[in-house]
Amino acid sequence: MSTTDTTDTTAKTTETGHRSLLVKQGNAGARAVKNRFATGVLTAAMAIAVVPLLLIIWEVTRRGIGAIHWDFFTTDEPSYRQEGGYRAGFVGTAYVMGGAILMSVPLGLATAIYVVEYGRETRAGRRLSDLIRFFTDVMTGIPSIFVGLFVYGFLVSSTGGLGQGFNAFAGSVAIAIIMLPIVARSSEEMLKLVPDEWRNASYALGASKSRTVLTTVLPAAAPGLATGSMLAVARGAGETAPLIMTILGSQYLVSSYFEGAQGAVPLQIYRGARQQFEAGIERAWGGALSLFLLVLILVVLARWLGSKANKLK
Amino acid sequence: MSVFDVQGLGVAYGSFTAVKDISLEIPRNKVTALIGPSGCGKSTVLRCLNRMNDLMDATVSGKIIYNGEDIYGPEVDAAEVRRRIGMVFQRPNPFPKSIYENVAFGPRLNGFKGDLDQLVEESLRSVALWDEVKDKLDDPGTALSGGQQQRLCIARAIAVQPDVLLMDEPCSALDPIATLKIEDLIRQLESSYSIVIVTHNMQQAARVSEMTAFFSVDIDDEHGMRTGALVEYDTTEKIFNNPGNTRTEDYISGRFG
Repeated sequence: MSTTDTTDTTAKTTETGHRSLLVKQGNAGARAVKNRFATGVLTAAMAIAVVPLLLIIWEVTRRGIGAIHWDFFTTDEPSYRQEGGYRAGFVGTAYVMGGAILMSVPLGLATAIYVVEYGRETRAGRRLSDLIRFFTDVMTGIPSIFVGLFVYGFLVSSTGGLGQGFNAFAGSVAIAIIMLPIVARSSEEMLKLVPDEWRNASYALGASKSRTVLTTVLPAAAPGLATGSMLAVARGAGETAPLIMTILGSQYLVSSYFEGAQGAVPLQIYRGARQQFEAGIERAWGGALSLFLLVLILVVLARWLGSKANKLK
Repeated sequence: MSVFDVQGLGVAYGSFTAVKDISLEIPRNKVTALIGPSGCGKSTVLRCLNRMNDLMDATVSGKIIYNGEDIYGPEVDAAEVRRRIGMVFQRPNPFPKSIYENVAFGPRLNGFKGDLDQLVEESLRSVALWDEVKDKLDDPGTALSGGQQQRLCIARAIAVQPDVLLMDEPCSALDPIATLKIEDLIRQLESSYSIVIVTHNMQQAARVSEMTAFFSVDIDDEHGMRTGALVEYDTTEKIFNNPGNTRTEDYISGRFG
């Protein structure tokens, strides 16, 4: 166990008579080779993984950029083939997403606050929290068409449902169901990151549970909570399948939230891409590009908020 | 005969200079303590000695000659440096594995060919932990008490048969009795290893070390810069009984820091 127990007698020694650091002993040489190999493999895998992503960005931009101009956002899709835009879709998506955000973010946040802050207190609470966590995990994975079918059967259809017909509200409900578990789960993780020391410090100053949550925990977690919600919005904005079964789609502007089929960008893309003429297909690419940019902006915003969160700690 | 010859060491994190112009020779098979107030750079210097600072995006200047070679030399592999120069951290950090696997991890990693059981036993014996854990080697290392965990971490470090052990405030998370055991252990280990220990506890430095380096913070009021610097380096006896520098004396006698 001393410095001189050199196993390799031919090892290069330093001026002081010690084994040189450059001499790899044991399996160190083999490990260095393996290390270089693994680095190469990982870099190659990363490059391969990025290729489809870049191709998508390139293709969407190349084919969609031509459709994007002011009129694309301010006019409806024409019955004739040229010009016109996806105003109905953008307004419809805003309607649907607005409602969905109002429903899912407060509910998801409340769920997370219960699970992290209140559910830990009692045995029954812990059991309920585990159950909630389990079902939010399951809900994150259910196919979105299933959610669409559920809302269709519950709100839209007159056979066994409430018979409301297709409307933006039903779409909001469907998207909210998809967003809810994402908001709840990400918020839960963010709240768990808030150190208990801060909670204890607040309690030790005489704060109640609710004040501690409101003035210590939530502000500390706020950027992270915003990030989670933003990612949920990004996910919801691109959903198509549940919208087919809840808002049906419209190429003309619909101002009612509770009555009548409503448009949405993903649905117009779906319709546009199957049209038999160039202008319609180009509009579909334009719609895809605008959705892509919207999601990109939301994600960048989310990352920016997240990085601000990390600076605080 | 020194194991380390640190020559004009400086460390910067981005534009912040953590320490500068550190020169000291660390003797072989002795305990050297690095003491000083918070922010004086003693831990930074310690982390340079086995290139752990590589992981923290630090810019290191100057030279650290270890057995006649600069460990920051262009051809030198940091992993090889760390295999020879082990480290024990402030908080006991056993892997979430069994006690046995914790100790066997390093030797396995380095392709140890020999009697692993015997090596694990020897390592645990040399940290005086064997008798306490020999019947529960399959229990998780994290289930031990804090002091036992820290001794397990020391056993894990010496199982790869290093030349030097670096200890970064190894007792600051432990109670006085566990601390005493670790200190006894450090004194026993010094015949086999060169040990460099960073400590906040001056009495600990006085108890365990032969050499003591006192670091302090140089404050540049003009730019508001705080840089760690080596104030005095001498035998522990001299540092504690007859310091040559008034800053050392103020710190030792409790007038500052």
